[in-house]
Amino acid sequence: MIRHLEIVPRQVGQSHSASDRRSQEAEELGIPGPWKIRETRGLLIEGTLSEPELAEAARKALLDPVIETGEIRTLGSSAETSSASGEHIVHVLPKPGVTDPPGETAAGILQAMGYAVEKVRTVRTYRIQGPSAFLPDLVRRTLANEAVEMAVFGDLTIDHLQPHGAYKFQRITVPIRGLGDDALVKISREGQLSLSLAEMKTIQAHFEKLGRDPIDCELETIAQTWSEHCSHKTLKGEVRKPGRTYRNLLKETIFQATSQLDADWVVSVFADNAGVVQFDDTHDVCFKVETHNHPSAIDPYGGANTGIGGVIRDPLGTGLGAKPIANTDVFCVAPPTFPPDCMPPGVIHPKRVLKGVVAGVRDYGNRMGIPTVNGAVAFHPDYLANPLVFCGTIGLIPRGMSDKSVAEGDLIVAVGGRTGRDGIHGATFSSIELTSESETVSSGAVQIGNAITEKMVMDILMQARDRGLYRAITDCGAGGFSSAVGEMGAEIGAKVDLENAPLKYEGLSYTEIWISEAQERMVLAVPPEKWPDLDALCRGEGVEATVLGTFGNAGRLVLRYHGEIVCDLDMHFLHDGRPKVIRTAEAVVTKTFEPEFSATADLQATLMELLADENVASKEWIVRQYDHEVQAATVVKPLVGVHADAPSDASVLWPSTASNRAIAVACGLQIHAGAIDCYRMAALAIDEAVRNCVAVGADPARIALLDNFCWGNPERPETLAGLVQAAEACHDLSLAWKTPFISGKDSLYNEFLHDGQSRSIPPTLLISALGQLEDVHTAVTMDLKSPGNELWILGETQAAMGGSVWSVHFLNKPAEVPVVHPEQARRIFQGLHEAIRRGLVRSCHDVSEGGLAVALAEMAMGGRLGAQVSLRDIPAEAEAAIDPILLFGESPSRFVVEVEPLHAAELADLWGELPMGKLGEVVDANASGECRLTVTGLDKTVVVDAAVSDIEATWKRPLDWTLSS
Amino acid sequence: MAHTSTKPKALVLRAPGTNCDQETAQAWRLAGADADIHHFNRLLENPSMLADYRVLTFPGGFSYGDDLGAGRVWSARIHLKLADTIRDFVEKGGLVLGICNGFQVLVASGLLPDGARAGMTPTASLSYNVSGQFEARWVDMAVAPGKCVFLQGIDRIAMPAAHGEGRFLTSTPAELQALESAGQVVLRYVDPATGKPTEAYPANPNGSPGAVAGVCDPTGRVFGLMPHPERFTSPLHHPNWTRFPKDAPPSADGLKIFTNAVSALA
Repeated sequence: MIRHLEIVPRQVGQSHSASDRRSQEAEELGIPGPWKIRETRGLLIEGTLSEPELAEAARKALLDPVIETGEIRTLGSSAETSSASGEHIVHVLPKPGVTDPPGETAAGILQAMGYAVEKVRTVRTYRIQGPSAFLPDLVRRTLANEAVEMAVFGDLTIDHLQPHGAYKFQRITVPIRGLGDDALVKISREGQLSLSLAEMKTIQAHFEKLGRDPIDCELETIAQTWSEHCSHKTLKGEVRKPGRTYRNLLKETIFQATSQLDADWVVSVFADNAGVVQFDDTHDVCFKVETHNHPSAIDPYGGANTGIGGVIRDPLGTGLGAKPIANTDVFCVAPPTFPPDCMPPGVIHPKRVLKGVVAGVRDYGNRMGIPTVNGAVAFHPDYLANPLVFCGTIGLIPRGMSDKSVAEGDLIVAVGGRTGRDGIHGATFSSIELTSESETVSSGAVQIGNAITEKMVMDILMQARDRGLYRAITDCGAGGFSSAVGEMGAEIGAKVDLENAPLKYEGLSYTEIWISEAQERMVLAVPPEKWPDLDALCRGEGVEATVLGTFGNAGRLVLRYHGEIVCDLDMHFLHDGRPKVIRTAEAVVTKTFEPEFSATADLQATLMELLADENVASKEWIVRQYDHEVQAATVVKPLVGVHADAPSDASVLWPSTASNRAIAVACGLQIHAGAIDCYRMAALAIDEAVRNCVAVGADPARIALLDNFCWGNPERPETLAGLVQAAEACHDLSLAWKTPFISGKDSLYNEFLHDGQSRSIPPTLLISALGQLEDVHTAVTMDLKSPGNELWILGETQAAMGGSVWSVHFLNKPAEVPVVHPEQARRIFQGLHEAIRRGLVRSCHDVSEGGLAVALAEMAMGGRLGAQVSLRDIPAEAEAAIDPILLFGESPSRFVVEVEPLHAAELADLWGELPMGKLGEVVDANASGECRLTVTGLDKTVVVDAAVSDIEATWKRPLDWTLSS
Repeated sequence: MAHTSTKPKALVLRAPGTNCDQETAQAWRLAGADADIHHFNRLLENPSMLADYRVLTFPGGFSYGDDLGAGRVWSARIHLKLADTIRDFVEKGGLVLGICNGFQVLVASGLLPDGARAGMTPTASLSYNVSGQFEARWVDMAVAPGKCVFLQGIDRIAMPAAHGEGRFLTSTPAELQALESAGQVVLRYVDPATGKPTEAYPANPNGSPGAVAGVCDPTGRVFGLMPHPERFTSPLHHPNWTRFPKDAPPSADGLKIFTNAVSALA
């Protein structure tokens, strides 16, 4: 029997505003209304408990008896959901099999209280008044996400909550021997294997040699392992460009720089789930950034939710396990103002995407108790159908624990969540283009996370690690068990009994168990004598741990299902048998044009326009939804200044008060320059990440970098050429600055196929930086500190305006992109760091989006102080001596620095050889209590004279979605 | 027994989803207490272990996921087996501190605001923020310590708040007035400019009527608050420490809540 417990506010002005938000969303999306929507939450409870028992249970555990009351209805009985006349009733519930954390929690507590309950699922009930004709549109676009939820119009009439149907074993063999090319391609496509013809033929040859056809599970295992997502076959493949052939692009660019640098503070690179560097006497620190783009396009909430959940497992699975101490997140989406009626079919509006991905990261990261301390949001129309979601996690690991090995006879132990049908084909799905049908075809690849399961796993792992209860660990990411066990047993082999895996529900085939990407699972190699202790530890905290099999099997991967062999593969073929991918790169040179500057342009109006560009505007609405101070280590927070609303260049973490060492976390991203010059675009992103770290006090000699390439289809030579140029820039700057890359990831095929046209995202390279401060007390923030202090600019301004936010607003042709001068930049970073170390710098802000004018505006706002500056002494190329270039240009390697007059001489001496100039000074509020930013142009006229309060309002307005949303 | 420490012992409990246990234990240690962190299941298995402690702490986090309403499941599990144990502990002079999710647990279990003696039936609620979303921001508060042992000698205090469900509600406005008259509303959000209690966002981050940020029971020994004192135990936690002169850093006010408790037990 299933009962519906609807939870209703007691009407003391206490209902929360979800209902109003839904109506507002409908209006924003242009769905003809008007709409009046009431939303209530509820639970569907399957079991034999009586109605009075459920009422009692509800009062004790399921609702808040002070402000809520419950209405109970038995499904299938004559009682109908109450509604007023003219109201439509719509119920929205997670599709069968989709993870439903509140449902699981409710079932858990009801069972603990002794009630006869089998299964609980959540449901939201909407009572809607509005035009019937548009009701389905309203439901589809604002109330339910069809990828993971189902909407039921009218009364609920379901008779079971559990996906049912037992699985009947049948070994499926896929006859591929003797097939022609077309048939092989068809098998790959129809099975969503994403294997190329060359790969299918290699597999065919392998099995012809064995004298048998592959079992479906073998084919799937190979497809997962060989997928672009897991094997990075393009970046690690051969790339031919005019004049040079890379045998392995990654190895000969980014890896090569790191190995050539051979820094003694680097512990482990490109080998484990995250890169590791030394931190202090007792700990090393690791960092990994992942993307979760395709799932987020289909279900923004679930995609980002499992994106952050997945990357947290990377440090947990690095070495013997690192404790996550910080998260980062970067989103690339189309502008939220995109006209709703121009949306391609099957594509979710960018405002809904952004709200969804923020909520996804928030709900997972906050629950994990990991502060989200750094991030960025970039807006560009070409992310419309293919948004990007990057999530990163930093972990702290005791020194000496960064190595692991698997021994013959170790038990294969799965810890954490159960296995379900979620996320089947995630690895292969992320290696293909999205289409307008992706939502229906691929929704199996969408997953919902349960953060508390992962938090419980994390609690266990930290104890088990310190007690030495396992020998090796890795996470279950894309490819599920197939990747985790396959990687751990790559050298010695593994034997797995698939029926041992605990399942969420019956009905999974052996292949589904093996490749499911259900969340919150880790795989451990446990010496048999340690298993009883590990088992007891897990039971003590309610965490499920199961022995799946043993490692070591003469280099073979053997899977059994109730004794029947369903996979018997040679590990060597699996990991090294893939035919090499050979691709061609051919650059298309973008012609650039000299920008024209209007002599009559109102530069103050320009500043205000740039402050209101979403790429520049305040992201406070997002930052504040993340707990950025849990763990009590965030000593420079993402928002700084008198009113904690100005954007910090980087966050600083002080993870252990036992030492003074601290960590700086920053990122760099340039989305507009890639269309013009990918080498320069990449250099700008690297420069930004490094200078953000240096600006808060990090030592430029101790910065580790991470790369995340998100590109379109690399099979197009001109698309690949951009990627090659970006990788070359990474190589060059890494060497010049001695900033090794320690980890990276690529996501290709970020394109959307619509009406036969493939639309690519802008070439996007996210650079994440992990800096270190010798002494946390030397950290500097960007808010202006005291009237009378001098303001200086460090670094040279170039004439090139390409890729700048200004160019997006005021140029309709591509312009040249500024260059990073590695040697000069290196000396600037070192000079600034020395000044910060000596305590000569009161505030410091890097010059980035919107240029010097925006940097000054943000600093003034941070300190709620004014500034009076002149453009006269700015070090600049001759052609750059034009007010708009000096104000809005985005040349790299530049900083604005605030200095007390008594330190000016020492600083001038220290920076004698560097391009620097005095801008002016910090000023107090004027007689009427108003702080102003005043800028005098080259011809000595005032070009900007703006109230800091106007700057603040303009900068905050575009993305202030609090309360109003 | 070789154990001769005269420091009071504080128990910091953690349930699945608790995530502020380590910094809360660290705050107790900085304040001069001995602190242990134990999984709630250990207390369920062995309720008598509580007798070893003078302070019981429910730290912040998302216990059991918090997805049926903050603190509900943990409080239901307390009621299944531990209500008498906790009542005994308070009756014998033990102190109870609930921070953020811990405050939500104390309110959902009825330990606050009416106290252990009143039968532990919930009479108040910490409901969804008016803004409808989780928010992390520093808040200023005025203190009216009354009997509350944790707040003696404090007049104003700032701390970071980070929650989605912090709006303190009683079933009627009269009940809130009664708590105010009884001196149990010990911590109120104030407008930083005026120093006056406020219901206006964002100085009051959740829209609590009466600006309630923290309450104590009639004895003053059970105290719960939404903001996080354990996140302000060093001058470097202050959001504006870089604006202070190097030789006069801000004072780490959050720590006072813990040192007050330790002094009260001395």
